[in-house]
Formats: sequence, C-alpha cells, structure tokens
Amino acid sequence: MEIIKTEDNILHVHSVESFGTHDGPGVRMVVFLQGCKLKCLYCHNPDTIDTHGGKAYPIEELVQMAIKEKPYFGKKGGVTVSGGEPLLQSKALIPFFKRLKEEGIHTNIDTNGRILNHFTEQLLDNYTDLVMLDIKHMTEAGYETLTGAKNKETTFNFAKYREASGKPMWLRYVLIPEITNKPELLHAMGEYFKEYKTIEKIELQPYHKLGIHKWEALGWDYQLKEARENTEEEIDAAVLVLQHYFKEVKVN
Amino acid sequence: MEVKPFVNGIWTDRVDVRNFVINNITPYYGTHHFLVGPSKRTQKLWDICKEATKEERKNNGVRAVDTETISTISAFSAGYIDKENEVIVGLQTDELLKRTMKPFGGFKVVQKALSEHGVKPNKAITELFSKYVKTHNDGVFDAYTNEIKKYRSLGFLTGLPDNYARGRIIGDYRRVALYGVEFLIKAKKVDLNNIQGPMTDAVIRLREEVSEQIKALKEIIELGAKYNLDLSRPAENAKEAVQWTYMAYLAAVKEQDGAAMSLGNVSTFLDIYIENDLQEGLITEVEAQEYIDQFVMKLRMVRHLRMGAYDEIFAGDPTWVTEAIGGMFEDGRTKVSKTSFRFLNTLYNLGPSPEPNMTVLWSEDLPQNFKDYCAKVAIDTSSIQFENDALMRTSRGTDDYGIACCVSHQALGKSIQFFGARTNLAKTLLLAINGGRCEITGTKMVDGIAPCDGEYLDFDTVMANFKTAMKQVARVYNDSMNIIHYMHDKYYYEKAQMALIDTNPSINIAYGIAGLSIVADSLSAIKYAKVKPIRNEEGLTVDFKIEGEFPCYGNDDDRVDLLAAKAVADFNNELKQLDVYKNAEPTMSVLTITSNVAYGKKTGATPDGRAKGVPFAPGANPMHGRDSHGAIASLNSVAKINYSDSQDGISNTFSIVPKSLGANEGDRIENLASILDGYFSRNAQHINVNVLNKETLLDAMEHPEEYPQLTIRVSGYAVNFVRLTKEQQLEVITRSFHESM
Repeated sequence: MEIIKTEDNILHVHSVESFGTHDGPGVRMVVFLQGCKLKCLYCHNPDTIDTHGGKAYPIEELVQMAIKEKPYFGKKGGVTVSGGEPLLQSKALIPFFKRLKEEGIHTNIDTNGRILNHFTEQLLDNYTDLVMLDIKHMTEAGYETLTGAKNKETTFNFAKYREASGKPMWLRYVLIPEITNKPELLHAMGEYFKEYKTIEKIELQPYHKLGIHKWEALGWDYQLKEARENTEEEIDAAVLVLQHYFKEVKVN
Repeated sequence: MEVKPFVNGIWTDRVDVRNFVINNITPYYGTHHFLVGPSKRTQKLWDICKEATKEERKNNGVRAVDTETISTISAFSAGYIDKENEVIVGLQTDELLKRTMKPFGGFKVVQKALSEHGVKPNKAITELFSKYVKTHNDGVFDAYTNEIKKYRSLGFLTGLPDNYARGRIIGDYRRVALYGVEFLIKAKKVDLNNIQGPMTDAVIRLREEVSEQIKALKEIIELGAKYNLDLSRPAENAKEAVQWTYMAYLAAVKEQDGAAMSLGNVSTFLDIYIENDLQEGLITEVEAQEYIDQFVMKLRMVRHLRMGAYDEIFAGDPTWVTEAIGGMFEDGRTKVSKTSFRFLNTLYNLGPSPEPNMTVLWSEDLPQNFKDYCAKVAIDTSSIQFENDALMRTSRGTDDYGIACCVSHQALGKSIQFFGARTNLAKTLLLAINGGRCEITGTKMVDGIAPCDGEYLDFDTVMANFKTAMKQVARVYNDSMNIIHYMHDKYYYEKAQMALIDTNPSINIAYGIAGLSIVADSLSAIKYAKVKPIRNEEGLTVDFKIEGEFPCYGNDDDRVDLLAAKAVADFNNELKQLDVYKNAEPTMSVLTITSNVAYGKKTGATPDGRAKGVPFAPGANPMHGRDSHGAIASLNSVAKINYSDSQDGISNTFSIVPKSLGANEGDRIENLASILDGYFSRNAQHINVNVLNKETLLDAMEHPEEYPQLTIRVSGYAVNFVRLTKEQQLEVITRSFHESM
C-alpha cells in the first residue's frame, strides 16, 4: 500500500471549513485532511478516505488563513485538523502546529489513534493542545466490522500515551442503535477509561444518514443502510450510563 | 432649570441630553435574571393587538383607513387600545391600526394607495390637492430633467424618495421628557432671533424652518392635551418619561410617513428615570417592564398608508422604528443599563417582532453578560441586528447616536441625514460593456464609452469604461438628490422632528449602491477567467460564457475581495466630487433593503454567470451559494469593504441553522458572541443575524396562519416572514444558510 508522500511544507487537504462549531472547543477553523486507512461503515466524509488526491496546501497558507480567523476564535476556539485521518500526515503537521502555537492559536487533532510513531509523539507532546480520540467499538469483532481494520488496541495504546503525557483529551463515540449504543458496550468503555485523568469529556455523535449521498456519489455501496437513527430516549439513556464514568457527556 | 433628583451639568441650562445621560446613568453589568414577564394588563392589550393585526392581514394588509383627515401632529382625537389597561397611551389616530393620509409627500400616491383598498380621499381634500396645494412629488417632477427620468425608469436609480417621504431624520425625542416643550420653544425662539441677515437663500430658509419648528412644538403640547398630559413641563417620573418620549415620537409619525422613522437611543435615557423610581420605592420591576412593554407595543402598532408598488423596495410594511441599544461612552464606561435588557426582553414578553428595529451597538468592551444575552435573544428571535460601536464612535466623532433607517450612524439631535436610496452598480458595470447603452433597452445612457469588440472581455478596458460610467451615473444621481431634498424641504418639511434637533444641524447625504457582489464576481471572472460576451443583433449582451475558474467574493480571497472594496471606494469617490444641496456631506451605503429582488429583475445577464432577472444578493452579502468556505470566510470578505468609503453603512445579512452555531444553547450563545467580537474586530460595520432552519420558513409559506410573528432579518431591517410576497419569500430561502456538517 502506498503512503501519502508528505513533503515538508505541504499538507494534502480535502477542504477547509472556516466556521466549525462541532470539532473541538469554541469556534474553529477545521482542516479536513485527505486520506484514511479505515473505511468506517458510517463515515460521513467518505470522499476524504482515498489516500491519493486532496489539494496540496503550503503550510504557511493554512497558517495565514488561521491568522485571519483568529479574532473569531474567542477564548476557546482555534484550529482542528480532522479528516480523513490527520495523523497520516503527522510529519507535516509538526511545522503546521508549531507555527500555530507561535501565533497563539489553540490546536486540536481529531483522530482514530491508529498511528503512534515518533512524528506523532513529537506532535502530540509539543504542539497539540487537545486530542479528540475516536473510540470506534469496545470489542475486537465490532471494531473490525465497523472499520474494516483489526487490532482495536492500537487506539487504546494511543489513549494510554496521551494519558501519560498529562495533556487534555476528549473521547468521541458514534452512537448507533444496536451496534454501538448498547449498555454493556457503554459500561465497558466507562470502566476502561474511568481512571483516566486527562479526559475532559466524551462527545456522543448520534448516527445520522446525511453522508449516504456521498457514498453513492463515489459509486460505493453503503452497507449500513439498515441502521437507523437513535430516538431521543436512546440518546438520553446512553448519556445516563456514561455520566457514571465521565466528568462531562456531551451530545453533538 | 433644575430637575431633582438628578445630577446637574451642562444639560441643566441648555439642551444637551447626552450630558444628562453621562451624569446620571447607572451602568449595569449583571445578568438578565432580574427581568420579569408581561403584566396582566400588558397581556390583555397585546391580545387585542394580535387580533387586530390578524384582521389586518386578512383584510389585504389594511385594517382601517381614514379618508377624511389630513394627518398632522394634532389631528384626530385620542385613541386607545383598551384604555383601562393602558399605562402608556397614544395612537396615531382614534383607532388602532388605522392608516391615514399624509398627502404632502405626494397626493397621487395617497390616491393610488387608497384606490387599491377601494376608497377615495374626501372630495374637498381631493380638490385642494388637485388645484391649490402642491406636494413634494409635484415639485420634484417639475424640476426633474429628462436624463434623470431616463435613469430612473430604466432602473439605474431605484427607490428614490421622490414619491414618498424621505424619512431617516431622527428627532431627539428624549428632549421632550427631559425639558418639557415650553423650554424647547424658548430655546428655539432664541435661535430664531439669532438668525439674522444678510438674507441669503439659506438664511431665509432657516428662519422659515425654525418658525415651523416652533409651531410644531406648540402642536405637540396640543397632542398631549388630548390625552390629558401636560407636555409643556418636564417628565417627573419614569412613567412620564416613557410617555413623554413616546408622545414626541408619536408627533413625528402622525405628521410624517418617511420610509424610516427611527426612534434613536432612548433606552438608557429612560433607565435613569426608572432607576430613580425603583430606588425611591415608587415602582417595582413589574411596573418598569410594563412601561417598556407597552411603549414597545405602541411602536409595533405604528402604520403608514402605502401603495402596493412600495412593497417592491420596502417589503413587509416596515416602519423602521430603529432603536439603538448598548454601546460605550467615550470615557470607557458602558451605556448598557437594565433598561437595555428590558427593551430586548419585550421580544419574549410580546414575542418576536420586526419593530421596533432593535439594533445592538456592539463593542468588545460591552459587559459579557449583556453580550451573552444579546446573543441569546438573536438566537431565539432572529429579531435583532448588530453594529460596530467602536468603529462608528471613533470615526464619526460622537458616542450619542442613533441608527437612521437600517444601518446608518446619526448623531442624535446634532445631525440629520438626506436619504438617497441607491443606484444599481451592476447595471452601471453593464454600461461599461455595452458602449454606454442600457443592456435591456439599448437606450444610450453614457457618452464616450467605446463598445468592447473583442471576443473576450479585457479587464483593463472594462475597468476604464466602468470608471467613465460611474462618473456619469454619479452625476445624474447627485442631480436627482439635489432636486429631491430641495423639494422635500420646501413641501414636506419634517417640522416635528427638526424641532427636536439643534438648529442648523450638520447633514450627510446617504447615497447607496446595490449589486456589489455581482460587480465583484464579474470583475473577478473577467480578470481571472475568460469571459466571452454573447450579444444580440443590436450588439447588447444577453449572456456571458465563462471559460476557466475565478475566485468569488465571500471566501476571504483578496484577489476578488479587493475588487469589491475598490468598486465601493471608486464610486464613493465619484460622489464625493459633487456638491450637495445645503452643503450636505456625501456618504454612501452598501444596502439594498428588499429591493435586491426588484433590482435583479431590471438587470440583464452579468459576466459573473448570473442570468438575467435573477435577484441580487442583499446589501454587501456575497452572492447566494458562492461563499463556499464557511461563515467566517464569508464575514471576512465583507469586512474588507472600508467603512471610510461607505460611512452610511455596509449591510450584511447572516443566516445560520441553529445546529451549525453549536451543539447546545450554551455553545450557540458563546459562539455567536465570538463571531460578533471577531467580525467587528476586523472593522466590519453591520450584521443581521438569523438563526433559523429553512424547513421552518418553508412550513411558514405553507401555513402562514401558524407563524404570525415569525420574524426574519433582511437587509438592515426585519420583517414578518408571512408578510413578504411569495417571490421575496423564495429569495430569502435561496440565500446562503451557513451549515457545517
């Protein structure tokens, strides 16, 4: 399999949203990076999966965009890199985040936590104010069904690494009735993370079907067609379970 | 004069309301939790008003109309909604929602409006205005040149106040409460005495005007007497302060039916009286809110008689009772008081409403609690707009100002404005491509522009032609304005409002442009892509083929945003060269009211790919759907238009679905406040905020009866959505609703 060639001063970008309000604290510029090694059944940005393509943005151009938005960030906002899987481009993210920190801008990575190499470590330890770690599923079988990849432990090891650094982390969890929204899975997640000190909150992303048309546009078969959206009661019930374990449970 | 128990100052001896306010204000930094709901009396009254407005809608927009009386300050006997429950009294006529004839702006317009509702003016009045009395409209058309008429009828100049009253002048209505009318008459008499020869036109005119003002003041006393109020003396308590201020405003809207009749900046002034009564234990919060609720209710019931065609430019029957709330003093203190909150609270107590047009003067330094509350109100009601206080306060030289009409700064009691409607800048650009001819009729409008013969449009040639076209359009525009304002002063002078403004105030003329985003994108297409004009047999452009890509205004891309900023600066510069009646200072706005639909109809295809007849974007907004980089990029583009080139205002209408503003109420409030801080820190001037789902609007189109109070901000004002025409509703729905999913 090919790996995206990240030149030192280039990021491969799917798109940039200047006004993100659901990808980290406050008002954020969200850079959706191109490419992901997973193919989650519910992915609502399937057009970011292909590791080829994207638009090559010089890092400084993105920094300048962020600077122009800085007045809108208020006390909490900043820049989020999402995707795709941003850590596929860890090496180039280092100078990007370094520049953002020089400009006093809050940085955040929205990741599945599948990559933990020395670039990632440097990025996390030195330049990343917040990590939003996507917990796909608490069982290996479930993980593989949902993402098409094996070894869920990689994500948990990533969480351990972040916890050890003592720096803030949020968890994210897509809530799908009967697939991820089951009490035993929610309790398992709570039990697993309840001792973590760096987790500020967990965000629940209730499953929605808004991404289906993108799958169709790509000529892909959307395999989760049978899944349904949560009822309000189901969401409330999940929140109730998780509140036992986490400081804050937020529904996005 | 000494009014206990207030702190004295300069205001004590001469008319200076600002000085009274800065000496007596109690700034408020707390939360909105002190606010109370509507009193029983208020609820009863509002139920009657809601029923009456329902009848009005059912009856083709007019509930009642008087055909026997010329409306003046003292015309009509006292009118009530339900006397025993009214704490603040006064209606324009003897009956709720009754519209009246104000024929001095133009009698034919009055006849037309009445005939649309199947009635005629009384015979004696008809004879009077047909044979003996001349109106503003008559005067203007006596003086108009053929050239002006041509520019007007072909849609290069639109919405000119030549057949309706110009409005925009804000009387300092607070003066009646603070000083009482007797004191004001004395001051005006001193002024009159000081206006001496040599008797030039200007001096003669001013003497006549001040004499008219004195008569108006006497009539205001008469108006008060009809309601058993002694307006000759100052208000002595909170209730009277509200009542006196309202009476002064009522005098204005009885005499004038100007397009926009702003209220000014009264909330914090009134707070001083309210705070005093609260401190002395004379009233409680319930009464305080009741005064404001009932005052606001009365403002919501202001009506003018309009003809159907008026709706094309000013949709939804607006009156622009614009009230500016908040802001900062030059000395760094905030102008926010508890009554700033009470005004906004009326949007809950009485429900959302387009009027009064509540405008928050935003500054980064405002108390955070107030910012949060404003954001909350905007999210809940889509009924308020925001303007950049720091920008206007520092560049316009005063911290005591109101907002004239939609978005324009006006120093209270010190300056006035001549309303100038707007010119169609997109059509002006088409002149540059069509050899100076109107793209639709082929009529020659401007000499000295060579036809663009090449297969593709050449940017430099188009820019040079555009400059020539702008110069000529500006000249004709200026000519029309000078005639209009000369005649308005002569035949329909705003004596009630001018009586509450300093004698001989400074004046700015408020020119305007429409079609900015089309001009910017067209120039961008010509510059960065290849644009091939498709011409008919007469050589007029009917379509444009664009090869290649070009950046669109609204994506924070300097390549095109600076073209927009330059177009504004260039046209403003042309206008600045031209002398104005009464030495008014030229200023310009980027504002369309709701005429962006009408403008679109009158404009052929444009080089940006817009087809003939398609509506313009409102105000300074990017064209619908072309701002593809999210809300902030869009806001940043608009913020690049320099306020110094467009001091009359730069209107931006921002619509967002609630979910995109944040996941929950707390996030939404915080994010909206951050957006406002960010946008204004970039020296932007104005923003309308709509937080709505498109589905709500679609449902309201289907079931209007279920949404009588659904309010939406358009360009510089707000309307009841259900009172827009189908066409306008659809235009609102096709606008960019920022959504980030």
